[in-house]
Amino acid sequence: MNEELVDRIENNPKYKELVSKKNSFGIKLGIFVLVMFYTYIMVIAFNKEVLATKVAEGLYTTIAFPIALVILVVSFLTTVVYVKRANGEFEDLTNEIKDDVKDLV
Amino acid sequence: MLRIIALMALFAAALFAAGDASFEATKRELNIPAIIMFFVFIAGTLGLTVWAARRTKSASDFYTAGGGITGFQNGLAIAGDYMSAAAFLGVSGLIYLKGYDGVIYAVSFLVGWPIILFFMAEKLRNLGKFTFADIAAYRLGQKEIRTLAAFGTLSVVVLYLIAQMVGAGKLIQVLFGLEYEYAVILVGIMMIIYVTFGGMLATTWVQIIKACLLLSGVSFMAIMVLYHFGFSFESLAATAASNHAAGESILAPGGFISDPVSAISLGMALMLGTAGLPHVLMRFFTVGNAVEARKSVVYATGFVGYFWIIITIVGLGAIAFLNTDAGAQYFVDGKLFGGNNMASIHLSHMLGGNAFLGFISAVAFATILAVVSGLTLAGASAISHDLYSNVINPNATDEQVVKISRITVVIVGFVGVGLGIMFEQQNIAYMVGLAFGIAASANFPILFLSIYWSGLTTRGAFLGGLTGLITAVTLVIIGPIVWVQILGNAEAIFPYKHPALFSVTIAFLAIWFFSKTDASERGKAEKELFRAQNIRANTGIGSAGAVDH
Repeated sequence: MNEELVDRIENNPKYKELVSKKNSFGIKLGIFVLVMFYTYIMVIAFNKEVLATKVAEGLYTTIAFPIALVILVVSFLTTVVYVKRANGEFEDLTNEIKDDVKDLV
Repeated sequence: MLRIIALMALFAAALFAAGDASFEATKRELNIPAIIMFFVFIAGTLGLTVWAARRTKSASDFYTAGGGITGFQNGLAIAGDYMSAAAFLGVSGLIYLKGYDGVIYAVSFLVGWPIILFFMAEKLRNLGKFTFADIAAYRLGQKEIRTLAAFGTLSVVVLYLIAQMVGAGKLIQVLFGLEYEYAVILVGIMMIIYVTFGGMLATTWVQIIKACLLLSGVSFMAIMVLYHFGFSFESLAATAASNHAAGESILAPGGFISDPVSAISLGMALMLGTAGLPHVLMRFFTVGNAVEARKSVVYATGFVGYFWIIITIVGLGAIAFLNTDAGAQYFVDGKLFGGNNMASIHLSHMLGGNAFLGFISAVAFATILAVVSGLTLAGASAISHDLYSNVINPNATDEQVVKISRITVVIVGFVGVGLGIMFEQQNIAYMVGLAFGIAASANFPILFLSIYWSGLTTRGAFLGGLTGLITAVTLVIIGPIVWVQILGNAEAIFPYKHPALFSVTIAFLAIWFFSKTDASERGKAEKELFRAQNIRANTGIGSAGAVDH
């Protein structure tokens, strides 16, 4: 990649938009997943009795099972949310940037 | 090629014949359906390897299947790599033994995937070619970084390989009464054939087929378990609790994660380690572009998440079914025959008789074969691509590189067999945890910082990465498992089983420190190169695509 191409892409407002949108979207979703997971781990580490609470009076099933299920399902859903936007909006922006510099590539 | 396969079949048949003799000792009848299924799978995958071998010519074919794998296929293959024997037999066995504590493991194994997707997947695809060192060494000194990355890769691959080999040996021993050593040798030979002849194409398709078989087999088991309890999770949980010695306490977190430091440390190892496993990272180079790379993570996360849900049901089902009068036949001297890792295997016999036992056993064996093949390929690419063609002989031709990789596969295969026999008595789950810990401490920090931090220099990456690798290995050796249980000392110097929290932090700090204090001209030039790298990482302009295939 030559110096001219690097300069042109870096100064392209669409490139700046792509990088900042993609980074902030990734960081937001990443923090969401990390907070969810580490809350679960911290509860297990410091106060695991909470998870032994039964889902309803007289039942055996504890709330620990639905909570694990929710973490698995929500983790999957965050990947769907990310890819919907990344393969749509972000990919369109990327293609526009490539079009803008196609005389140099 | 065909002659070698014929020889293999003869060898395998001879081994099974040899197995018959020792069968008396275990007092198990020979399971004919199991052996038939087993051979059907082996014949099928060998056929696949012959097909793949005809299409594997260049180095790119060998390592990345020519970049022509789709997102969906790659998602299945990644999920297949992840659903290893440790995951299938180990986690279901852990749930059978400890109840909910096994579920914590499962949850921790999944959350690494969204993180890989948000921060790594498309960047890996845009920057990489054959190995993760391509990315780490993109703008840094090739010799230093590739040598370090090759050692990081080999450490992880060997530890993981030992764990899978031990699992395979035990499984075949239980099923066919075959001696442990023969079982390990059989796995080693099969894996060498798949990888040397079929390369990444065969390895990927074996992985995809196995993932489908495993998901359908375990789904069937879960449905059978739930059917028995009128599709009520509550009555399954109630029966499991009343059949387990620890009673209701198995339905909530127990003593498995005892202190906050271990909890955070294990969580960190499982999450970040995933993003440092060389055999998983290399799968991102088999797809054509960033769009497919992203899709493959969604599919992989979906399959793996679903897998953990059904494994939880199977684990609880094993408690409910095996710990009964009808399940007594699977116990020898009060212990589950073959160990707790065989819980789901015995459950399959209770649920579907010999035929289903045969199917699940063949699937479990396929799981091990597919994962060790991927691991071997990752190890071979580290040696042939990173060490040979970038450090030792930069002018190597494509043919030479492929030849060196095939030789390396044979060597890695022999080493794996040897270590598998030596480490027969080691705990599988712990060795996998260790592999994740080293991946998180040695591979992940260099990879992550090389993508995101412009200030990274060769000196920082090399010295810092080395510090991470040495710290992780040292803390494991002076920790409770090796220092006390294996070396027999009275008290551990380092009190925690999982060192990731410390070793990952030290690796990041060391890389930062050695980069910051690097005032060399070379360091400055490397920082300047980050701009072009970042553009390629974000847009894919100039990346090694599948265009020429």
